[in-house]
Amino acid sequence: MIALEARELALHFGGIKAVDGISFQVPERSVFTLIGPNGAGKTTVFNLISRIYEPTAGRLIFEGRDITTVPPHDIARRGIARTFQNIELFENATVLQNLLLGRHAHAAGNVVAELMFLPGVRRREIAHREAVERVIDFLNLEPHRDTLISGLSYGVRKIVELGRALCTEPRLLLLDEPSSGLNPEETDDLVFWIQDIRDILGITVLMVEHDMGLVSKVSDHVLALNHGQVIASGTPGAVKSDPQVVKAYLGG
Amino acid sequence: MRYQFKTSYDRDIDLFGDAAQRNWYLALLAVLCAAPLVLEQFWLGELSYVFILSIAAVGLMLLTGYTGQVSLCHGAFLGIGAYAYAVLLQRGVPFFVAAPLASLITAGVGAAIGFPALRLVGIYLAMATLAFNFIVEYVFVHWDSVTGGFSGFAVPQPTVFGYSIVDYPLFYYLTLAALLFALFVANNIMRAPTGRALIALRDSEVAAQSMGVKLTRYKTISFALSAGLTGFAGAFFAHKIGYLAPDAFGILLSIQLLLMVVVGGLGSFRGAIFGALFVGALPSVIALLRDFLPQSVARQPGLEPGLFGLILIGFILFEPHGIEGRWRKLRLFFSQFPMYRVATFKKQKSFTKSERFR
Ligand SMILES: Nc1ncnc2c1ncn2[C@@H]1O[C@H](COP(=O)(O)OP(=O)(O)OP(=O)(O)O)[C@@H](O)[C@H]1O
Ligand SMILES: [Mg+2]
Repeated sequence: MIALEARELALHFGGIKAVDGISFQVPERSVFTLIGPNGAGKTTVFNLISRIYEPTAGRLIFEGRDITTVPPHDIARRGIARTFQNIELFENATVLQNLLLGRHAHAAGNVVAELMFLPGVRRREIAHREAVERVIDFLNLEPHRDTLISGLSYGVRKIVELGRALCTEPRLLLLDEPSSGLNPEETDDLVFWIQDIRDILGITVLMVEHDMGLVSKVSDHVLALNHGQVIASGTPGAVKSDPQVVKAYLGG
Repeated sequence: MRYQFKTSYDRDIDLFGDAAQRNWYLALLAVLCAAPLVLEQFWLGELSYVFILSIAAVGLMLLTGYTGQVSLCHGAFLGIGAYAYAVLLQRGVPFFVAAPLASLITAGVGAAIGFPALRLVGIYLAMATLAFNFIVEYVFVHWDSVTGGFSGFAVPQPTVFGYSIVDYPLFYYLTLAALLFALFVANNIMRAPTGRALIALRDSEVAAQSMGVKLTRYKTISFALSAGLTGFAGAFFAHKIGYLAPDAFGILLSIQLLLMVVVGGLGSFRGAIFGALFVGALPSVIALLRDFLPQSVARQPGLEPGLFGLILIGFILFEPHGIEGRWRKLRLFFSQFPMYRVATFKKQKSFTKSERFR
């Protein structure tokens, strides 16, 4: 089964062809990695899938349905969650509040009931906390549960952001450079987490990553981009030694 | 050192962090309830005024402190609430219907102006809301048949529980109850999904969207709730000033309300109350100061607004967390007493954020 498919996807910023007609298919329950030098267009692909950017051309199909015109706030409800390259957490909120916001797509609220905090609201809040607690256990975030994000180290923030994405109970998870800024121990943890996310939680992972060690360890499939175009596609080993890819990274 | 030990999810959700905190607030409430036994009517009036300002400030805090949307038109919302309420009273609507209805009407106006303001941020939103404040003032002046035009009209004084509403201590207790109710609903919304969505769109719109927060919906909700609370305060404000005229709801009032939330500390309802206390007390302090200042300064007509401006700038520069921030530091100082480190509240590290945030 194919989880996500991009068909001739393109986005031009004026003269810059950030994404220039790329096509790929992400199989269900796999880890699919985008690599490429700086400015290759990897993050732009993520922003297109999140519907933050409007594509110039092409289509995006998620689980057989066209999502090219879905509004951005509907993407989470459809089962796609993401993290951001430069961390976009809610800085002046606690870890718990951030994770609970991951539940927002499931938290259909009635404002009047919430104003009075009727028993139903409390019941749903407890149910959300139970879901969030499973993610807290999974990522060992217990020590930071009630800490403000602004008081956390960079590495922990990255993990909280991963946790927030998991709280949406996605079927497709987009990770933009999950290991950047992590220390070696945290990166080792990340390898296991990504494998567990795929194998135990059954979530498809689409990831952008520069650390080739991590890429080789977890990826089922690698797609290399340069100047918005696909230059290689295949297993991690094959893509890494592809002459086009080597050239792109050496600045050719 | 105190540590909140949680044994159930209910402890997360409850209004008070723990029993000690709840007991402090109950003690404060008991003192406020007993106040009419010892205080003269003048002081009860002053306290009621602070309660009313606090309700309005709680409303503005929801929008500015929690949703990150600046507003320079909350004076107008207070005015709409006051006028709507007084007009309803004139038409014979009883107090217990007129006050909530005035709040609903103001909420509706808030939603209506929130909607076009959706795409505006920062200084542009400030300007748009400022313009709205002038429009409302204009309507108050020119809609003679309802508002009495420039000269205004006296607010009717209905009887509540067998007393005239403006009698003390009845009015004092009514405003206290109104403040408690406002705090109850405001805190409820902030511990529910809607409140979290507001915080989310304050801190990162793009991440909020990816979590499924529909920006237009929640900004509109925030404007409506904020205006509704401020309009509710307007009902009591009408009695406090006794006579409604357009010049009571000018831009200076909006600035005073903004001053309250900034000085009190953005992002905290307790801060809103600190701010209301501070701004409520300021005119008296200025009056006292006048005696000590040289004649040429004391007689300056713009002294009060000028001082408001200075204080606003001073807080933004030197204590961005406001009085609430000071209070937290002070409390931590005592709870950690010999171990307190000056650096506790220094920013540990700052991460450079690039423009290409995604
Ligand atoms: N909002 C924007 N407006 C104009 N140009 C943009 C915008 N966003 C991205 N670009 C350009 O599109 C190109 C691709 O950028 P993108 O962020 O996708 O690169 P990337 O592959 O994620 O790189 P990196 O490894 O540095 O994160 C770059 O040339 C970038 O300058
Ligand atoms: Mg990038």
